[in-house]
Amino acid sequence: MSVTSVFAQLERLLPRISKPIQYVGGELGAVVKDWDAVTVRWALSYPDAYEVGLPNQGVQILYEVLNEQSDVLAERTYAVWPDLEQLMRAEGVPQFTVDAHRPVAAFDLFGVSFATELGYTNLLTMLDLAGIPLDARERDERHPIVVAGGHAAFNPEPIADFIDAAVLGDGEEAVLEITAIVRKWKSEGEPGGRDELLLRLARTESVYVPRFYDVDYLPDGRIQRIVPNRADVPFRVHKRTTMDLDAWPYPKRPLVPLAETVHERYAVEIFRGCTRGCRFCQAGMITRPVRERSITTVGQMVKEGLEFSGFHEVGLLSLSSADHSEIGDMCSGLAQQYEGTNVSLSLPSTRVDAFNVTLAQELSRNGRRTGLTFAPEGGSERIRQVINKMVTEEDLIRTVVTAYTNGWRQVKLYFMCGLPTETDDDVLQIAKLAHEVIRAGREATGSRDIRCTVSIGGFVPKPHTPFQWASMTEPEVIDRRLKALKDAINSDRSLGKAIGYRYHDGEPSQVEGLLSRGDRRVGAVIRRVWENGGRFDGWSEHFSFQRWTDAAAEVLPEFGVDLAWFTTREREQNEVLPWDHLDSGLDKDWLWQDWQDALTGYEQDDCRWTPCFDCGVCPSQDTEIQIGPTGRKLLPLTPVAGLRVPHA
Amino acid sequence: MPKRQPESNQEPVVQRIRLRYAKRGPLRFTSHRDFARAFERALLRANVPIAYSQGFTPHPKVSYASAAPTGVASEAEYLEIGLRAVVDPAQLRVALDAALSPGLDVIEAVESPLTGGGSLADRIDASTWRIELPGVAARDAAVAVRAFLDAPEVLVERLTKQGRRTFDTRVAVVKLACSDLELLSDSAPGDVPSEVTDIPCAILDLVVRQVTPTVRPDDVLSGLRVIADLEPPVPPRATRLAQGVLTEQGDLVDPLAQFGDADRPAAVAGTSSL
Repeated sequence: MSVTSVFAQLERLLPRISKPIQYVGGELGAVVKDWDAVTVRWALSYPDAYEVGLPNQGVQILYEVLNEQSDVLAERTYAVWPDLEQLMRAEGVPQFTVDAHRPVAAFDLFGVSFATELGYTNLLTMLDLAGIPLDARERDERHPIVVAGGHAAFNPEPIADFIDAAVLGDGEEAVLEITAIVRKWKSEGEPGGRDELLLRLARTESVYVPRFYDVDYLPDGRIQRIVPNRADVPFRVHKRTTMDLDAWPYPKRPLVPLAETVHERYAVEIFRGCTRGCRFCQAGMITRPVRERSITTVGQMVKEGLEFSGFHEVGLLSLSSADHSEIGDMCSGLAQQYEGTNVSLSLPSTRVDAFNVTLAQELSRNGRRTGLTFAPEGGSERIRQVINKMVTEEDLIRTVVTAYTNGWRQVKLYFMCGLPTETDDDVLQIAKLAHEVIRAGREATGSRDIRCTVSIGGFVPKPHTPFQWASMTEPEVIDRRLKALKDAINSDRSLGKAIGYRYHDGEPSQVEGLLSRGDRRVGAVIRRVWENGGRFDGWSEHFSFQRWTDAAAEVLPEFGVDLAWFTTREREQNEVLPWDHLDSGLDKDWLWQDWQDALTGYEQDDCRWTPCFDCGVCPSQDTEIQIGPTGRKLLPLTPVAGLRVPHA
Repeated sequence: MPKRQPESNQEPVVQRIRLRYAKRGPLRFTSHRDFARAFERALLRANVPIAYSQGFTPHPKVSYASAAPTGVASEAEYLEIGLRAVVDPAQLRVALDAALSPGLDVIEAVESPLTGGGSLADRIDASTWRIELPGVAARDAAVAVRAFLDAPEVLVERLTKQGRRTFDTRVAVVKLACSDLELLSDSAPGDVPSEVTDIPCAILDLVVRQVTPTVRPDDVLSGLRVIADLEPPVPPRATRLAQGVLTEQGDLVDPLAQFGDADRPAAVAGTSSL
């Protein structure tokens, strides 16, 4: 059965909507294959607007890995804005891919990458527009297998009703393994239908199929147990870890959009994983161990990525880029290679470390010094011990002053509000810190032309972290502290004038908290919110707290629980958590111990530089830390003169 | 305090080249800003020795002539670039065309004098457009066109950057003629055939003079609605076919014409690289 493009129908709608270019495809790096010449077909999505979804590294990598397979086709689809959604419904145009404008329902697999839980309502819009039943159990052989991935997939229980499967961890090898299973099942004539295919996926022990697991509840609403409802699926599903990043140098052909997007740069991951052990950080917990990409592979990827894309900016990404064992040589090597070329290099550095200023200085040889960002996360020394962010006030002042004396005028500081054990005073300390930064900066530079911005958001406890048991702070308390902090910053007029203040209200965090640590009962809330018009919940102009609290109040009492039960309730050690059957490698006893250590302010070192502290990941996943130094250097590039003219 | 910004010392311009490019098919939805970003990347991909402006934020030396609106296709968009090394214009055209997405096509490249050549804008004061009206019978379109041409002025309203403005479209229209799709088959340069062939499709040929505010094809369509209730059931599709200086005979002079061949007519058809 061949599939035709819906572009002709879509095209008539495009003159009537905003930014139509985001729906037409045609990006450099986009691949369009003959539908009938391949066996397995994937539609991949990042469930947000094109401008946010297109630059997503995960989707770009999987798109390329899959399309390199000769009998596989992968296309992309993004959430459409309400103006187009309305017209598509009126005119009967289904959810489509931007590559060849094929209807999403026609694909074998629909893979959705969730970096944040706030994309869940957009998943429902996409399914509905695609004509795929929202309830996974109502789907049959005509519908794609809906697979969730990304960090939020480490607790997919709130969307368990809507997805057929979830993959935990790195996707490169997982998508190829899933593809192989689908290929074989199709070549055998699809024996046993959809159920058999899902069973084969589940038997890999690394694909979670929610329908094969039952959840029982205790009378008080807590989970009693989560167990397989058939004998031939595993009790626990394990995360995937891609080892040897040098063997997976993607993206090689990055997508270069015509529409404006949030990141316009060639991004290369210089390592994956982080063992700094910040206790709030889900990414750092679920992506262990640290696996570095070597300096020479990074150099090669940057060279080829820039030649292919024509981007003017390179981002060296990771969870804590200054921790790469060869970051110094990497930055000076790249800075030398691109000196005088109008290519700018950036290191999204978040650790408070004077070394980061040195690196940033290397990288800014070509460009402007617009701003530097550091993330102390907590205002007081005490709270920083709780979250295991080992930065002293002296470190912070010294680092920021180094930045000012080296010519940076603007420094941004990230903090969180609502951390476990936090008091009003912990938050007010941020003002003191900011005042001190400006005072020391003015003294060191002899200039009043320096600024800092305090940026603060609400803390959300995440699954698979030591804070997974923690109580969330009530939004009223958060908002009160944020207001008090503002007043404290402005209490000194002279210093306050040099300090910018940005904050996020407490309310959206409560919804994130519900979705992060929710269980299957939360699915009904998501569905109700969506039915009541919930879309693009990650966008403040579309988000409605009221819509979420209303839906929670309507749906949850039936189960004897409520919104606060999921958010502000502290869990006990013996409680079965909704994600306990999903194995991130972290030992639950170790997580509990780290939670107890947090409460007493006991700090945990980094296992790259100190002995293993038995978090459990390496032995349980059969992985290991992969770090340099390799001792290799980046060689100067020979400038190539002359136009790059394609060969006929 | 050390210097805040690194020294900027850009190489001088040693060659100027003017390009004609097209915006075709689905990529007609590219806005001017989108095109400008794509073009800057294409310069890097094609390894073009583009010159940069001086200053803290050096910009590539690219200047654009008036750009067709988003959603309107064009066979005749123009820009000029300044280079810090001399290249062969024909090679440059091939390299840039390959570096842009198919649908953004570089059609012509002509060297222009380093000094004293005047600006590209001096060589453009009018455009030729072709507007397809699927679902509109040629007869109905012809009646509306007649009414438009007979009117002393045709006021329309549009939201501009300065807010809602009312202006006359009639004054800018040099020519407006109507024909039927069947009569014109295959003659449209590099254009995608209309998606609907089984319904009538009137074609408008339009020549518009540059005035302020700019009168665009959709303004003329608004004018036809205002004056004769012409309401196409399907969004019309417009294509800019040529730009140039209007002669007394009503022709357009090609803005890329060399000094020797100033009478060369503006490219209209048959030069597409598709």
